[in-house]
Amino acid sequence: MILKFIDIIILLFAPFLMMGLINKTKAFWAGRKGTSIFQPIYDFVKLLKKEFVVSETTSCVFKIAPIITFVTVIFASLFIPLASSSAFLNVPAGLIVFAYTLGLGKFLALISAMDTGSSFEGMGASREACFTSIVEPAFFMTIASIMALSGNYTFDSLKMIIQNAGNYGILIIIFAVAVLFLMILIEGSRVPVDDPNTHLELTMIHEVMILDNSASDLALFTYANAIKMLLISSLIAYIVIPAGLGFELGVLLYITVLLVISLLIGTVESAMARIRMSHVFEFIFIMSSLALIVLSLVVAKIFGDV
Amino acid sequence: MKNWIKTKNNERLDLALIPVLPVYELREEIIELKKRPIAFFGKDWGKGYVRLFVVLADDEQGELLVSSTIFDATMREYESITQVIPAFHMFEREFYEQFGIKPLNHPWLKPVRHKQNDYEFFEMEGEEVHEVAVGPIHAGVIEPGHFRFMCHGESVYHLEIMLGYQNRGVENLMLEAPSNQLAESIAGDSVIAYNTAYSQVMEALREIKISNKAELIRKAALEMERIAIHIGDMGAISGDIAYSMGAAVFGVTRTLVINTLLEWSGSRFARGLVTVGGVNFDLPQSLIKSTLKTLDKVETDVVRMTKTMLKNSTVMSRLEKTGTVSAERAEEIGLVGMAARASGYPLDSRFDFQDKWVAELELKQKKFKAKGDVNSRFKIRYKEIKQSISMVRKILAKLEEFANEEILTSSCVAYKKDSFVVSIVEGWRGEVVHVGMTDGFGNLSCYKIKDPSFNNWYGLALAVRNNGISDFPLCNKSFNLSYAGFDL
Repeated sequence: MILKFIDIIILLFAPFLMMGLINKTKAFWAGRKGTSIFQPIYDFVKLLKKEFVVSETTSCVFKIAPIITFVTVIFASLFIPLASSSAFLNVPAGLIVFAYTLGLGKFLALISAMDTGSSFEGMGASREACFTSIVEPAFFMTIASIMALSGNYTFDSLKMIIQNAGNYGILIIIFAVAVLFLMILIEGSRVPVDDPNTHLELTMIHEVMILDNSASDLALFTYANAIKMLLISSLIAYIVIPAGLGFELGVLLYITVLLVISLLIGTVESAMARIRMSHVFEFIFIMSSLALIVLSLVVAKIFGDV
Repeated sequence: MKNWIKTKNNERLDLALIPVLPVYELREEIIELKKRPIAFFGKDWGKGYVRLFVVLADDEQGELLVSSTIFDATMREYESITQVIPAFHMFEREFYEQFGIKPLNHPWLKPVRHKQNDYEFFEMEGEEVHEVAVGPIHAGVIEPGHFRFMCHGESVYHLEIMLGYQNRGVENLMLEAPSNQLAESIAGDSVIAYNTAYSQVMEALREIKISNKAELIRKAALEMERIAIHIGDMGAISGDIAYSMGAAVFGVTRTLVINTLLEWSGSRFARGLVTVGGVNFDLPQSLIKSTLKTLDKVETDVVRMTKTMLKNSTVMSRLEKTGTVSAERAEEIGLVGMAARASGYPLDSRFDFQDKWVAELELKQKKFKAKGDVNSRFKIRYKEIKQSISMVRKILAKLEEFANEEILTSSCVAYKKDSFVVSIVEGWRGEVVHVGMTDGFGNLSCYKIKDPSFNNWYGLALAVRNNGISDFPLCNKSFNLSYAGFDL
């Protein structure tokens, strides 16, 4: 029970704190003091207090999209184990429900962007749709391979790579973590794929889709995106942290993994320039190739008996 | 050459000496000479007559060629020069807009500054073709301008730029109340360049000679301005490609330079430093010393950051082969200044129209291996910062020789009658050209300004062709053209 309580606390605050920490890391590398790591929370509260500005050209889709996107992300989070060892809804094939619930949220975000009739937002929506469609198979390949390894099609199997594959599992873990880390960068619209800090509409992907949203709508979109990053990070934590460590140590390690991921994202963003839009595909294909490696490692394990 | 009169930069020319040719002859002469236009403007000559002045630059000889023609009230058109020499396209559009005299067969006869509601944009038809309109209100805090992209998916076929939102009628204001304050607020990022050009026109019209010391201080300030803005631009380019370290370091370094200007003149952009007759503020030894010290730090920081940046493969993949303007294209459309040099068209009025200091300080124009892409425009800024720092050092060292000179010469002298003066100052963006004219009563009768952006906006339009639309901000930042300087 207490574990579930911790999960709720984490779901509420960790996404903001991760954002804050990423910004703090970037500030550190740039030699700046940077804003407080609680700034994203302040921003969220500020946005909730603001009044709506809604474009006259929009329809009801624009109005309901932020809520649906947010709800789908929260619903998807029920299938993912956070700090506790198992998810709220630990069901077989949770992976598919998880992925397509997020997909539904994204679909609403896309059509809401198109609903504004702005040429920028249409461009952003087409970019986002395009990139997401290449990310999806890589994600499935990685997670489903790991699940196939244990034969247990719940997210619990992520924890049991070592049990099922011995030291060989370490290889699988390394590649799977790499896939998921790249996925955070892509889905979380971070550098080098997207630039969360830019004000240049023509270069944006995710940001441009929410250009017309204001007040709590904008807050929900931002929060939903941050939660999505937390969920993928949790998958990494689940893969990395060995099973059966006990409650305190488990939570502690989980938080450490989130910390490390945030610092890593901040560092990557400081060390790299954003890649050219036409090269983003190549970047995503790196992720796909790594996912293929996970798949072949698992296939080799199951059928080749390595 | 009886059809042209030769003059030099900042030299007073008697208006009566400027030849008047029939328009067709002038056109043929211009086409034959193949020199680039520096100024091409009309002046109301009374009773419906319009006199068109043409100033061409002979960059090899460091001379200016001036000629003119007169249109009477019935002549309302002439054969355009643009169809033969595209570099004239903006000048002829401007002339048409101001006087209604139509250049026939001009391929691109659209408004320059005065927008009409029925402005006809180019249109593209076909499947998967779309248009993106940006501005005049932008997401960042920048000046207003409208950009219309004709795209095929992510790639840009053509960009059409419509400006004029900031037209303040500066040239008319100049006639009503000419002042240094007005001159330096025409384009806020080229305060020294504009103010120096204006002051030089005023001094030449009055035939005042300013002190060596004042000339050197102006020259040093001009280079300081170049250093500051170039560093700022390098930071902005870093920011556009989300390379936050570069943005931060260049941002801090730029502040060091503009804060030095603050110490010089009380303004970070050196407003109020240059004035007609000299400069308003002297540079005492202590200030020279601290400036030199700051420049050392600036140089180290810029060199280190640039080297780190150019070693980063992700940075290079963004900068290289983005927004390329070839040398031929640059020359054809009449690109000027830093952007032209980055394309391998080596125009630099500091050296082309050099004053005595270039020889005395042993300043040399550096060779630059230009490719015309964003990378070249980034690197040339780096080279020019280093060059300018060494120039400032030389100038400040030279300043000691003239320590006892006055900084200000009295300018309470009337204008010489019937005069014509062209002043060219190489601002950080390129040549800033001011032309002043007085009438038979000794009143200022015409004032013409040309910002380098006037030539270069079209260069930006060419640069983004066949590039991704998401690379436009980067190309734009690499040119960093002035809206205010164009709109006047």
